Amino acid sequence: MTAAVNPLRSAILALLLGTAAIVVPARAETIEVTIDRLAYAPVEIEAKVGDEIEWINKDALVHTATVKGGADVLLPAKKSARLLLQEPGSFDYICRYHPNMKGHITVRP
Amino acid sequence: MTIRLTTAAAAIALLLGGNWALAGDKPTDPQIAHIAYTAGVIDVEAAKQAIATSKNKTVVEFAESMVRDHESVNKQALDLVKKLNVTPEDNDTSKALSQAAETKRSELAKLTGADFDKAYVENEVAYHKQVNGALETLLIPSAQNAELKSLLETGLKLFQGHQQHAEHVATELK
Repeated sequence: MTAAVNPLRSAILALLLGTAAIVVPARAETIEVTIDRLAYAPVEIEAKVGDEIEWINKDALVHTATVKGGADVLLPAKKSARLLLQEPGSFDYICRYHPNMKGHITVRP
Repeated sequence: MTIRLTTAAAAIALLLGGNWALAGDKPTDPQIAHIAYTAGVIDVEAAKQAIATSKNKTVVEFAESMVRDHESVNKQALDLVKKLNVTPEDNDTSKALSQAAETKRSELAKLTGADFDKAYVENEVAYHKQVNGALETLLIPSAQNAELKSLLETGLKLFQGHQQHAEHVATELK
């Protein structure tokens, strides 16, 4: 049974991957930022429009990644969350609950 | 009022710093765990009083942060003592902290509005300063267990942030 299904699945996968490669030529990346003991690491990140940032909160505390007047990502304890970067610019961000936690994102077009 | 606040802070400093020095003995891990846990509970209770009393959005949000963070750290502390099979041990420092907190709570209960907000936030600055001082100079250096020491160090970093946050709220209230 496995032998019968596998070639078919491979063919479908090849088709899907092939199609995907044509439709989305740009390679969007996921950039990981770890939070450990009330600090973002790395503090500085460089990205481009279409990339995603994933904050991985290792603390047992609730944090946020908040741009003043902009994005506000809630990061529950021991959980992670993502943000899709939709516009270029240079953004300072902080944790709303722990304002001494600071980070910076540069988004290229 | 200000004099009484300062006196209370000095009394706590004396109790946290002085008692052990006089006894010529450092607190044990079960005592340290009890002191740290008690200090957290006190701040959660103070925050709950503020949430119930204050009408100021900044003050209430600050107090909510205190509940969230101190409850989380205290949960970690309980998980740790359970894992290490340690029983937190009541001691004179914990008792003095609780007593000072009760006095402060009844003082604050007589205040309302901007007077309450100011007194609560000023006490949060003083209280975190005292507890951070005790963590830095006595509790962290005395802790024997590596995991307990590490939890206290994370706590110190967090509570230094709380102190800054409280100082910031205090300047906003002026």
